[in-house]
Amino acid sequence: MFGRLSWAAIPFDQPIVMGTGAVLGLVLLTVFLLVTRKGAWPYLWREWITSVDHKRIGVMYMILGLVMLVRGFSDAIMMRTQLALAAGHAQGYLPPEHYNQIFSAHGTIMIFFVAMPFVVGLMNFAVPLQLGVRDVAFPKLNSVSFWLTASGVLLVNLSLFVGEFARTGWLAYPPLSELAYSPGVGVDYYLWSLQLSGMGTLLAGINLTTTILKLRAPGMGYSRMPIFCWTALASNLLIVAAFPVLTATFAMLLLDRYCDFHFFTNELGGNPMMYINLIWIWGHPEVYILILPAFGVFSEVVATFSGKPLFGYRSMVLATMAICVLSFMVWLHHFFTMGAGADVNGFFGIMTMIIAVPTGVKIFNWMFTLYGGRIQYTVPIYWTIGFIVTFVIGGMTGVLMAIPPADFVLHNSLFLIAHFHNVAIGGVVFGAMAGYTYWFPKAFGFKLNERLGKAIFWCWFIGFYLAFMPLYALGLMGATRRMQHYPDTHWQPMMLVALAGAVVILLGIVLTAVQLAVSVRQRRIHHDRTGDPWNGRTLEWSMPSPPPAWNFTEMPNVERTDAYWHMKKLGTPRAPPGSFADMKLPRNSPIGVFLAFFTVILGFALIWRIDWLAGVGLVGAVAVVLREAWNTDLEVRVPGEEVAAFEHAHAAGLEGNRVASGGPA
Amino acid sequence: MSAAEQALSTGSGMPLALRGPAPVRVVAGFGFWLFLLSDIILFAALFATYSVLSGSTAGGPTAAELFDQKHVFLETMCLLASSVTCGFGSLAVQRADARPLYFWMGATFALGACFLRMESQEFAAMVAAGAGPSHSAFLSAFFTLVGTHGLHVSLGLAWLLIMLLQVKTLGFQPMVSRRFFSFGLFWHALDIVWIGVFTIVYLGAT
Repeated sequence: MFGRLSWAAIPFDQPIVMGTGAVLGLVLLTVFLLVTRKGAWPYLWREWITSVDHKRIGVMYMILGLVMLVRGFSDAIMMRTQLALAAGHAQGYLPPEHYNQIFSAHGTIMIFFVAMPFVVGLMNFAVPLQLGVRDVAFPKLNSVSFWLTASGVLLVNLSLFVGEFARTGWLAYPPLSELAYSPGVGVDYYLWSLQLSGMGTLLAGINLTTTILKLRAPGMGYSRMPIFCWTALASNLLIVAAFPVLTATFAMLLLDRYCDFHFFTNELGGNPMMYINLIWIWGHPEVYILILPAFGVFSEVVATFSGKPLFGYRSMVLATMAICVLSFMVWLHHFFTMGAGADVNGFFGIMTMIIAVPTGVKIFNWMFTLYGGRIQYTVPIYWTIGFIVTFVIGGMTGVLMAIPPADFVLHNSLFLIAHFHNVAIGGVVFGAMAGYTYWFPKAFGFKLNERLGKAIFWCWFIGFYLAFMPLYALGLMGATRRMQHYPDTHWQPMMLVALAGAVVILLGIVLTAVQLAVSVRQRRIHHDRTGDPWNGRTLEWSMPSPPPAWNFTEMPNVERTDAYWHMKKLGTPRAPPGSFADMKLPRNSPIGVFLAFFTVILGFALIWRIDWLAGVGLVGAVAVVLREAWNTDLEVRVPGEEVAAFEHAHAAGLEGNRVASGGPA
Repeated sequence: MSAAEQALSTGSGMPLALRGPAPVRVVAGFGFWLFLLSDIILFAALFATYSVLSGSTAGGPTAAELFDQKHVFLETMCLLASSVTCGFGSLAVQRADARPLYFWMGATFALGACFLRMESQEFAAMVAAGAGPSHSAFLSAFFTLVGTHGLHVSLGLAWLLIMLLQVKTLGFQPMVSRRFFSFGLFWHALDIVWIGVFTIVYLGAT
């Protein structure tokens, strides 16, 4: 009746897990009660859960990423504490099998459920506004993408309390991840949650690629697109080209585990290295899927706060597209030790070094943009300068490891761990935080607290160096990754420094929550009436903050890059039109959340081998889609009067602002 | 008059990239093209795996021993013919003409079903002869690659039925025509994939 599911699946004997579960349950209950008491469910349902507005969906992706950052970071600090303790005879507090689950969950969550939602969220929010259009190409599909990602998140979190998570590392290499060596549900949780969220990501990639290539304001040719849109285009092209490989690879591993196939087994001709090749054909483009939009954020930030156009726009575009293509030609550097031979390793080593060239071009472009600029030291520019310094170090250790003989020494050592955290934190996290601070006033109409923002930056910046520089040294001394205990007590002092770094980063994460709360309370002080708090250059700053559901009352005409900057220079930034026509908007749709409901059931049932429940999930999901296929009531009309009222209110606000600041009327 | 205004008023004589948002029909078709590309990449991963594992027979039957190329040739003809009928059906959608649509799409469905029947006969015979997917890495890869294509054909048939039902209930609304256009693309793409299967799997089995 319940497949493999029984009461034994709930780890009553593990106080850490049960404690976490109790706290989480309490938090969820409190939130639920609070929302119910305030009667906010109809509001949440109408304005957020069923919303197909790209801005709302973008914000929900960011919230998802922030929440999962806390989960992924708890894993990180548990690992650092364990390693600070478990030297010599001491064994620490985490037994190996629990430790293995923790590092697997940490990697999986941080890449798929923190970094991806951050990046997809920022693109979702900013790209249509920068392109000067009303929404993405397929708004309803956008909501479906988000909710599929959310259903993957739910499954991953369920694994904490019902059953177990994979003990295989974040990419679940076979033969360890095969049924023979991982008979439990851990790998199944891993595979099904990533299949669901991966499908969401693929659909989001198709959606945004179509948006950028087919929906741009009149006059916005490719050479006039904001650079963030270019990086988003490269990133989404990579999603379309790489995620199907992940889906196929996981499908093959699932067939091995569920149907006794032999793709990657040790027996009957299976080839585990095939999996490792395939997963990195997805995996290497994936790191550029994450970093390219971060590069885009830095490009926007550096131009805005230097008060000049981005240096070398064309070279930036070329470098972005070069990285996009080259990222498919370097995957083998993740396993030089496979023994493919000197020729193959040599080719991939050289390709890896070549990909550093366009990245170097970008670094120089950012520095030349800063050079001679009138730099305003705001929070986003802090993150950008911190990124330039940190990322160059990470890039150099990467090029070092691109030399195959060096890699044979450093493979799977803590040096590697330090390298990829160096580029992931210094690149993606810093970029996400810069983008979050930069576009926050656009989304909510007020700025985040500046002092706390700088404190958060310093926590991450100092914390990162404390936490990961020791790992470079430890790696060179021979410490391996995924190590739960070490006999040599000489390593312990540096492990303690690394723990201290993690604690400083923790402070940064706590301050992020504090900053949000403080900024909401002070929202009247940091209120932005103009819609253009940073003296921005691109079209998203030409509209009120937060933007209306229809984004642009009148579609802008684009004459050149930095379109809004030139409109401001010409003195006609945004004349409200004389008459207001009705607006047609896509109607809200619950299809995303309904689909997610059934896919969670389907995934859970497949993980626990509950056949009838899997049938229910599948039939439910199909029924939801079929019902939607006959839905012809797809648009809602916003009357022209409402549009006019909104525009007049904004104009009045602007006027009030001018009077208050004593500027010319 | 600015370049962009000119584009808006005349809609021609301007580079496509400057003309502003494309019409819904174009956007929807383009999105579906991208989906098809991603689907073809999924098949590419399966093809690569098949190529690597096709010699890993673990002492079991090899490709040359298993495949009946005459059977597969007939199967191929069914699928290719169904693409022709689907093309005529798509023309009927463009003319919003229901009767030829039902005729041609009915033929497409029948030919697709023939293809599936022949494929399942082949699979059943192989499993009965002890050459099921659990037997070797080669057979796992074969059943997955060819089976995934078969699954696509099955889903395509289900989609076709739904589309015929949509025409019946909703008529030739723009929404329905757009979906039929995407269905046509999907069906032709399955042919292209099958040509790869026929060449690499069946003709390659010597």
